[in-house]
Amino acid sequence: MEEFSVLIGGRAGEGINRASAVLNRMMARLGRFVYMYYDYPSLIRGGHNFAIVRSADHAVRTHRDRVDMVLCLDSETVRRHEGRLNPGGVLLYDSSTVKEAEGVPVPLNEVLDAEKAPPITRNSGMIGAFCRVAGISWPLVEEVFVREFGRHAEVNLRVARRAYDSVETQFRVSGGNREPMPVLTGNEAIALGLVRGGLDTYIAYPMTPTSSILHFLAEFARRTEITVVHPESEIAVILMALGAAYAGSRCAVGTSGGGFCLMTEGLSLSGMAEVPVVIVLGQRPGPSTGLPTYSCQTELLFARHAGQGEFPRLIAAPMDADEAYVWSARALDFAWRFQVPAILLVDKTLCEGGYSAVIDPDMKISTPDVGTDASQDEPYLRYRVTPTGVSPMRTVPSKGAVIKVNSYEHDESGTTTEDASVSATMQEKRREKVRTLADALAGFEPVAVSGAGDARVGVVTWGSTGGVVLEAVEGLALRVIRPVVLEPFPVDAYRAAVQGLDRIVVVEQNWTGQLEQLLRVHGFATDARVQQYDGRPFTVEDLASRLAEVV
Amino acid sequence: MATSDLITPATNTWCPGCGNFAIEHALKDVVARMIDEGTPADEFVLVTGIGCHGKMADYLGINSFYAIHGRTIPVATGIALANPDLRVICCAGDGDCYGEGLEHLVFAAKRNVDITLVVHDNRVYGLTTGQYTPTSPLGFPGRSTPAGSPEYPLNPLALMVGAGATFVARAYSRRLPQLRALIENALSHRGFSFLEVLQVCASFYNQTGYYDEHTYDLDPEEFPIADVDRALHLAREWDYSRDSRISLGALYRSRLPTYQEHLAAQRAGIREPGRAIREFLDERT
Ligand SMILES: Cc1ncc(C[n+]2csc(CCOP(=O)(O)OP(=O)(O)O)c2C)c(N)n1
Ligand code: SF4
Ligand SMILES: [Mg+2]
Repeated sequence: MEEFSVLIGGRAGEGINRASAVLNRMMARLGRFVYMYYDYPSLIRGGHNFAIVRSADHAVRTHRDRVDMVLCLDSETVRRHEGRLNPGGVLLYDSSTVKEAEGVPVPLNEVLDAEKAPPITRNSGMIGAFCRVAGISWPLVEEVFVREFGRHAEVNLRVARRAYDSVETQFRVSGGNREPMPVLTGNEAIALGLVRGGLDTYIAYPMTPTSSILHFLAEFARRTEITVVHPESEIAVILMALGAAYAGSRCAVGTSGGGFCLMTEGLSLSGMAEVPVVIVLGQRPGPSTGLPTYSCQTELLFARHAGQGEFPRLIAAPMDADEAYVWSARALDFAWRFQVPAILLVDKTLCEGGYSAVIDPDMKISTPDVGTDASQDEPYLRYRVTPTGVSPMRTVPSKGAVIKVNSYEHDESGTTTEDASVSATMQEKRREKVRTLADALAGFEPVAVSGAGDARVGVVTWGSTGGVVLEAVEGLALRVIRPVVLEPFPVDAYRAAVQGLDRIVVVEQNWTGQLEQLLRVHGFATDARVQQYDGRPFTVEDLASRLAEVV
Repeated sequence: MATSDLITPATNTWCPGCGNFAIEHALKDVVARMIDEGTPADEFVLVTGIGCHGKMADYLGINSFYAIHGRTIPVATGIALANPDLRVICCAGDGDCYGEGLEHLVFAAKRNVDITLVVHDNRVYGLTTGQYTPTSPLGFPGRSTPAGSPEYPLNPLALMVGAGATFVARAYSRRLPQLRALIENALSHRGFSFLEVLQVCASFYNQTGYYDEHTYDLDPEEFPIADVDRALHLAREWDYSRDSRISLGALYRSRLPTYQEHLAAQRAGIREPGRAIREFLDERT
């Protein structure tokens, strides 16, 4: 089967996330491109969890409403999801907990009893049965379990085998014709990108959807020189990062909207003191605590305007794991080169989604040189005015130099000033950095364009929503335009991207039309919009039908 | 090194009679001595908050991070994390670090991060012209509390002993030799050093007469000690509100592994990023 989707559902606390990771990996081992969507409430136990694993022989970055198989660990899953089955699809259910369903029963209690296995292996039974129905060969099942469960593989495999033997093959999910690709969550890709960008220190206070960057890097730090810190609050997070950066440590921090609110005073300090930092801002629906484990695109304008005063900043919004890797590495390098705060604007869909990743561990970043060599400066002036606005940066300790950074307006030496002309000069220096930064970014495809060459209608979108847009427009004469860099806004690249279009539709996950507003600020008209704000990402079918109404 | 080299040409704007001058000179003297004794000048880093005390960043000719109100400690912690060899000194205000940024103070003590905190405790907001702070006495007639502060003051020494600071001392801006000695002790202590300086604010809360009359020196033979109960007892002698004797000197000191030492012990060997990434990708394939 060219494309294949399977949904697994059960109660929170039943390990649906882990089970879907195994399914995702199974499909990836077949040489297919995979994508995993995980939907869960902000609960540790109880409530309904489900995941959809979709795979194909082309890149997939989103899920469909409809699926080919539904694996039910409880009757709630049957009730909610049986309607999603494609014609010819199969529903498997745990016949020890689900009384009535139309589909293939899997008696998981009996399987576990027979193998004297603990309840935690229940999902492995369901996966075993699934693999048989989907025509997946036993050696592959074995291989994936060993890789995934390590020394716990044995008991899980016994359970999987017994369930595997209890059902019949009904499909044959074919292998792709490529080498298996690694499967990463967006957060893992971000973390690896930061590492590639030269990360020394990661500082964060836990908050969904970026907590797993903290967890991942804390583990990763055990085999590298990276330092990972979880301090008392997001205020401490960003201030510690700025202190560490001043002492030469490349830092990134991660949070969501609520934590970012607390960081804004530090963000402005980063802008004024020209001390670099990368902020990974994972969006989740607000206002306030909102829907902690769901997704949205509501912080574009907040990220753009956060912090008092006017200062340069970089905002990049990658679409998928591959772009997340590249742009987190770049964000760190650009932040250092230009001495600005850089915000990687992502969302729950990307952070916690699972993707087939095509990433280069040895990727070169090649941020353009803007004359930041400080070795010749004597005496050293931290804020020396230069034509690019970028001053040569040294970090403490530096032989013979006194390095003064300052939150007050300051002169070239970093000493506080209230002088009108010096103040204006320093504002202009910071303003100049916006231009230098924008020029440098122009060489890095700040706006991605794809779709029909002769299209008269363009669909403009950003961030993870790009993934579903790319699929929803298939077969339609539409051009897709995705600004990946959102600040400084790539005006020229965008203008070129919309050349020749008669009509622009903006697709985003909010109700105020944030990208739309940003486009207008830069003088670009838009004609129609497709918005969603229930916390769930668009699905391919849903978006395709909504697009059909407006294009 | 000539101590005058450590004073920048920036115009000094403290009021005549301000206790900050004494702190500036004591700091400058101690830093100059340490440089003469071999500490490289570029290894000193000063972090200040916002308030009259913060101007120290402009006046001392050493590396400085003039931070934001209440946030000297996290900045200093970040610096110390990035490079444990640096001598990191925070000059904070009482409004700054007992009010706006109190949580960082408690955490610095709890972590035993190796930095030195000098609190310019004038018991008033100087720069914003005279409001009550967490250490103003009950009934303090500040500009935001014209009928008298309705709050009891915080006792910073007792708080710090309780929170786990490993060096706790109090000085007075009109006792320069002792102030100098305590700054030196604080800087040479490994771990979180807390030095509260009763600083005269000539313009908004001039307690010169009161402090001259009530302060006394702790016996350096007996103190500092590593006895929390005795230190706490002593810290509570004066509650920053009622009349009582006010002790000056170091009252608590103990040696515990620092935050940086714990982190250094956890740090594994260097690995080239490309290789670490490749290894992880293999695990995930
Ligand atoms: C977030 C924030 N809130 C308020 C202020 C205004 N402000 C500047 S200094 C200060 C109080 C200073 O008092 P203190 O820390 O005791 O320092 P002092 O001036 O007495 O040395 C205040 C409230 C500020 N700069 N930042
Ligand atoms: S207001 Fe008080 S603390 Fe501030 S400079 Fe004047 S005397 Fe010093
Ligand atoms: Mg004060």
